[in-house]
Amino acid sequence: MGIFQKIKNISLAKKLRSIFGKKHVKIGIYGPPNVGKTTLANRIVRDWSGDTLGPASEIPHETRRAKTKENITVNDGGSSLTVDIIDTPGIATKIDYHDFLSYGLSEKKARRRAKEATEGVIEAIRWLENVDGVILLMDCTQNPFTQVNITIMGNLEARELPVVIAANKIDLDQSSPATLKSAFPQHDVIPISALTGYNIDMLYSTMVQRFHKRKRRAA
Amino acid sequence: MTGVNVNLISQQKLEGLSSQEKIQYILTEIEKGEILVLEKGLTPQEQTQLIEKTMSRVNPNKFIGIEMQGYMSEKTSWLQKILGKIHPPRMTVIGPADKLKTIHKDSTMIKTQVINK
Repeated sequence: MGIFQKIKNISLAKKLRSIFGKKHVKIGIYGPPNVGKTTLANRIVRDWSGDTLGPASEIPHETRRAKTKENITVNDGGSSLTVDIIDTPGIATKIDYHDFLSYGLSEKKARRRAKEATEGVIEAIRWLENVDGVILLMDCTQNPFTQVNITIMGNLEARELPVVIAANKIDLDQSSPATLKSAFPQHDVIPISALTGYNIDMLYSTMVQRFHKRKRRAA
Repeated sequence: MTGVNVNLISQQKLEGLSSQEKIQYILTEIEKGEILVLEKGLTPQEQTQLIEKTMSRVNPNKFIGIEMQGYMSEKTSWLQKILGKIHPPRMTVIGPADKLKTIHKDSTMIKTQVINK
């Protein structure tokens, strides 16, 4: 290929990217509490930068402030995408401090956790204004038809934000990714285990393809 | 005799209200302990606004939040979008989380239980 042809191709690629895509995007990891958002965020960040974002816990609402790791370059073998990963607090419609007592927290700590969790939900919702795409994480051992899943999905569709559904906890015996796929047939659903890394390469490949194109309309 | 009120709210009741007014109305009723069945539910954006407002009002001794269940809106095709046709929100039940519990939900059925403490 001649030099002029190469320059022409580069220029064309730039033009196409300016029309169709972006190479640096903010991706929010969303979902209800305890679906494995921080475990997934840590895996993505560790796989591509060797770092971690924060602690994961079996106690709901462990992440009560959004955490961001910038400039993670995800590569699917052919294309790459630089992302800022935002690990958001779990979205819930109710928070009762009594629920935390069964995990051995003192009443004082449980009350404080509940208060911070309510603030975290508000912060997670507000982040929707600032992300370019979303990984919606669902627990495929649970019923996918929860109102939180439906509300988040409805918002993403209304905002025309690209979304990848990750059906997490595929490593557990009771997992049923097929149920989740049937609930959201119009979306990419990738069964994964954020804990073991099962099928995580498929998620990375889908992220590069799906989030490369940035299409967003103000809600 | 004590009981829990379950109020069926018509489309006409809410359609004249702004989003803020709808959310204020719903939260006021729920904080009084009422359960509402909305003939036409809230848009996704209104649902997130309702969750935000709910979280700002959670009080560990009085109000732990809401239980809300509705069906997914049907997907709008590109032609419907061009024509400005948007599928309206669908029937939704909302109540105080300590009085309304979801027993089962799938794409065609929502089963709830009213708890009368």
